[in-house]
Amino acid sequence: MEKFTTLKSSAIPLNIENVDTDQIIPARFLKATDREGFGDNVFRDWRYNKDGSLNEDFVLNDSKYSGSILVAGDNFGCGSSREHAAWAITDYGFKVVVSSFFADIFKGNALNNGLLPVQVSEGFLNQLFSQIEKEPTTTIEVNLEDQTISVLDSDLSETFEIDAYKKTCLINGYDDIDYLVNSKELIEAFEAQKTY
Amino acid sequence: MSKKTLFDKVWDAHVVSSVENGPQILYIDKHLIHEVTSPQAFKELEDRGIPIFRPDQIVATADHNTPTLNQDKAVKDALSRQQLEQLSENCKKNDITLYELGHKYNGIVHVMAPELGITQPGMTMVCGDSHTSTHGAFGAIAFGIGTSQVAQVFASQCLLLTKPKSLRVSVNGKLKKGVLPKDVILYIISKLGTNSGTGYFCEYAGNVFEEMSMEGRMTVCNMSIEMGARGGMIAPDKTTFEYIKGREFAPKDEDFEKQVAYWKTLPTDEGATFDKEYSFDAEDIEPMITYGTNPGMGIKITSNIPKEENASFKKSLAYMDFEAGESLINKPINYVFIGSCTNSRIEDFRVAASFIKGKQKADNVTAWLVPGSKQVEAQIIEEGLKTIFEDAGFELRQPGCSACLAMNEDKIPQGEYCVSTSNRNFEGRQGQGSRTILASPLVAAATAVAGKIVDVTQEIEEMEAVGI
Repeated sequence: MEKFTTLKSSAIPLNIENVDTDQIIPARFLKATDREGFGDNVFRDWRYNKDGSLNEDFVLNDSKYSGSILVAGDNFGCGSSREHAAWAITDYGFKVVVSSFFADIFKGNALNNGLLPVQVSEGFLNQLFSQIEKEPTTTIEVNLEDQTISVLDSDLSETFEIDAYKKTCLINGYDDIDYLVNSKELIEAFEAQKTY
Repeated sequence: MSKKTLFDKVWDAHVVSSVENGPQILYIDKHLIHEVTSPQAFKELEDRGIPIFRPDQIVATADHNTPTLNQDKAVKDALSRQQLEQLSENCKKNDITLYELGHKYNGIVHVMAPELGITQPGMTMVCGDSHTSTHGAFGAIAFGIGTSQVAQVFASQCLLLTKPKSLRVSVNGKLKKGVLPKDVILYIISKLGTNSGTGYFCEYAGNVFEEMSMEGRMTVCNMSIEMGARGGMIAPDKTTFEYIKGREFAPKDEDFEKQVAYWKTLPTDEGATFDKEYSFDAEDIEPMITYGTNPGMGIKITSNIPKEENASFKKSLAYMDFEAGESLINKPINYVFIGSCTNSRIEDFRVAASFIKGKQKADNVTAWLVPGSKQVEAQIIEEGLKTIFEDAGFELRQPGCSACLAMNEDKIPQGEYCVSTSNRNFEGRQGQGSRTILASPLVAAATAVAGKIVDVTQEIEEMEAVGI
């Protein structure tokens, strides 16, 4: 897994609530047997019109916005557990998703793929949206070590929570498999004396 | 001794150890897999040279991608076929039991495992599918995981997890006529919203769930994820034990008695506390339908769509082409789907058949009846339900996830409404541009007969009045 420490980037504002993983990557694109290439179809049915042409109204197609931070509405990533959603978002080039609330499974999947979910307050999220919409080149800095997200050249800043273990994993690029495989003796001992 | 919840008891019995200031290592008893979310996990282990730790605790089925017609022939779609072949190859290589297409035990993972007695109280179970919460109906801790976690369970039979908070939803009282378990859960989600359960594991309690069949309990627990909860559970009781007894992989004879004695210790202790509690009156629940693009957007079938000012609500209604404040009664419907891991068990088809018997499907309606498993399909035939469906102009298809997520050919066309017994009404869920209205199998059957949304309670009363 890629390491994550700090990131400075402009952001893309996806001001929609309850974005479900079916929107992030529709089921018809889940037939691949590897992890690569899902970025081509991220938000497929919002990015493209029915006739296959680009939907100019969708924020990902708006040339004034760019960057590797996705700022999204409340309850991002709800629905299906498909990790393809996290793969699609990272494959497209995002390294951070900011929202006021993340669905559980999506959050776990993101963390397992080096994609940092940054949960901020509703007030901060709204300020971010208006700042980015007003000034699309606004640079945002995410510092995992300090657990802060700040808008550069402004006093807009907030701290965010992250599980201490997951933080260490991200900073060092470790994943859970390493940890679990190294715990094999403990697991075998547990199996030998299970109480149920 | 401190008072424990059902969830606490099962969780605590499975903790291998705790990481300092971090998550716990949780042991997983059963790992269910299917063709869509497992290939990358197999590949990851292979690339890292890690063997599958406990292949005998894994059971595989083919369900998400499979066609529901001509299952005896080669799968037409090349990508689907490749994914199914990949699953067969991976299972063969790693000595994993697979119920592939055509096998007598093949079916939707959350229908197949309970009916084979694989699912048992007190277990921890996972699957790369968010509706794994279904198995909580047996008093198991069961939840959906991502593919990285599938790989973790392959490698260690464990997961690193932080214990979720506890939530209890109680429903007491007497359910009205025509109100099915699906209505109960749609009602709960409509009241609590789609993220009320995030970070929690939910226990359903109260006489309504105690009196429900296992099929009904599975429908309820299945949709726990639609309110954000990782899983839902119902205390195991006599109904649970009787359901499990005698099934293929259930413990036998003395072992069974021994297990029952243990299972009886699992229900939540009196006085145990939950982080959050809600309770509802059964009398307030009526047949439900959804009008929007998330499962929380549900109303009583006779109610009008609410009026709200927020942008996401308006976007949702625009997608559905519904007006705020309008009633959905008499809305013409051209597609009906009875199936999915929520409502494709024998009881669901019995309910549908009891309504349909002696009536005819409306001409404008294309209706797909898709059983959850080969065993359910066989039972439908054995009980004579297939004849009832066919006499009424319905087609019974072969098992699979089908139009719930439209990965196979069963897609609802652009712009069409589908009254569906599945679990998600997200944009495009049943096919690009499709518009899903979630409902119970009874409401779905009534819609198929009328060709439009009807007040099912009134329909039942009329049937009773003429002695049907």
